[in-house]
Amino acid sequence: MMLLHNILIILAVLLLTPILVGLILGLDRKLTARCQSRKGPPILQPFFDLFKLFGKEVVISNRWQIFCSYMYLISAQLSIVLLFLGSDLLLILFVQAGCTVFLVIGAMSVPSPYSQIGAHRELLQVLAYEPLLILVIIGIYMTTGSFMVDAIFALDRPLVYDLPLMIIVLGYVLTIKLRKSPFDISSSHHAHQEIVRGVHTEFSGNNLGIIELAHWYEIGVILSLSMLFWATSIWGALIIILLAFLLEIIVDNISARMTWSWMLFHVWLVGFTLATINLVWLYMR
Amino acid sequence: MGAKEKQLKPQRRLKPVSNIFKHVKESKIGLIKNLIDKARLKSPWLLHFDCGSCNGCDIETLACLTPVYDIERFGIINVGNPKHADILLVTGTVNHRNKKVLKQLYDQMSEPKVVIAIGSCALSGGIFRDCDNVVGGIDRVIPVDVFVPGCPAKPEAIIDGVILGLQKFANKQKRK
Repeated sequence: MMLLHNILIILAVLLLTPILVGLILGLDRKLTARCQSRKGPPILQPFFDLFKLFGKEVVISNRWQIFCSYMYLISAQLSIVLLFLGSDLLLILFVQAGCTVFLVIGAMSVPSPYSQIGAHRELLQVLAYEPLLILVIIGIYMTTGSFMVDAIFALDRPLVYDLPLMIIVLGYVLTIKLRKSPFDISSSHHAHQEIVRGVHTEFSGNNLGIIELAHWYEIGVILSLSMLFWATSIWGALIIILLAFLLEIIVDNISARMTWSWMLFHVWLVGFTLATINLVWLYMR
Repeated sequence: MGAKEKQLKPQRRLKPVSNIFKHVKESKIGLIKNLIDKARLKSPWLLHFDCGSCNGCDIETLACLTPVYDIERFGIINVGNPKHADILLVTGTVNHRNKKVLKQLYDQMSEPKVVIAIGSCALSGGIFRDCDNVVGGIDRVIPVDVFVPGCPAKPEAIIDGVILGLQKFANKQKRK
């Protein structure tokens, strides 16, 4: 019975995550276009892009590109499935970090300088947000006394009362993961970038589609992590998602792309400060 | 002295994954193939290559992306990367120096792809056609699907050209 229950959860997560995240991204593009007084693409546009990529001829430089794109997808799926099965947060974090590493290896396996620089910048992005994620998880541990996701649901009040600053830190991580300005340094959704499409430059056709899909799962992981902060009510979780999402669009529209050194300095300065204040407050309480 | 130029490995081209549905017409999997065919018309990503134009046509092409014309409402994105692009927009005359670049960009794009020539220079060489260094229109180097005339071509004409290019996509699919 437990096994059947788990299998159903896994199937639902694998199926629903791309649909929901795709809709969110479509809404994002529509709202961004409205902010710039454009009409914007239809809300289903991310799905059209994805299906089109699956129907294109694949041009590859070596077989590593295929291997890495599929491994990226599998590890991203694994991390979100682990999250919804109520597993260990540290394990989820490491699997999630692993999937980005596969993307980087795939980008580094080709001689193209654009792809190489993009891969280096992707690693710098990981360097910027991964310590912050660990601090968020430590905060969750200090509140619940356990690294398990299930322990959060056992609490009778939302985490956000104990970790108000951690949600801002998670916002920084989400901005980097969504590849939004000012942190879209490794690969940007927009053209006119000095390194073409960064880490994505040398992937094409089906492999690019797989990477896009894996990226949706990754966004799903971070969004679900933010939802855990108000796990006691579904409306609270939705409010957190909605606020985070609107803030992302505003930040994306009012800021320009910055350099990697600015990103590392800024994210670490603000992120570490907020996270430390929150942890010290939890400790002193 | 006679330094050996480092030869890069040629790129491998694999058939699209959707080809596994090729022989399945009247089933649910056939639906997925139809979905991919429809999605292709709704998400053309384009690559703009300036082959040596006076920048008149380039400015008009980029004007299509501005809020006034907003071609993103058709799902069109300017990607600047041949490996991601479906449509190649070329402006300007081809000369002996950049014809290799044009050919290479065309070769790096994965099928299915459409080429659109924009402006008098890309069509025939324009006023530069008699110059020593000029090869002529871009159809001397790569196959062209749509010709958009004008000096410079109007943004409306360019959008019309892209939409015509999408119909070519649909025709190409039917022929298969």
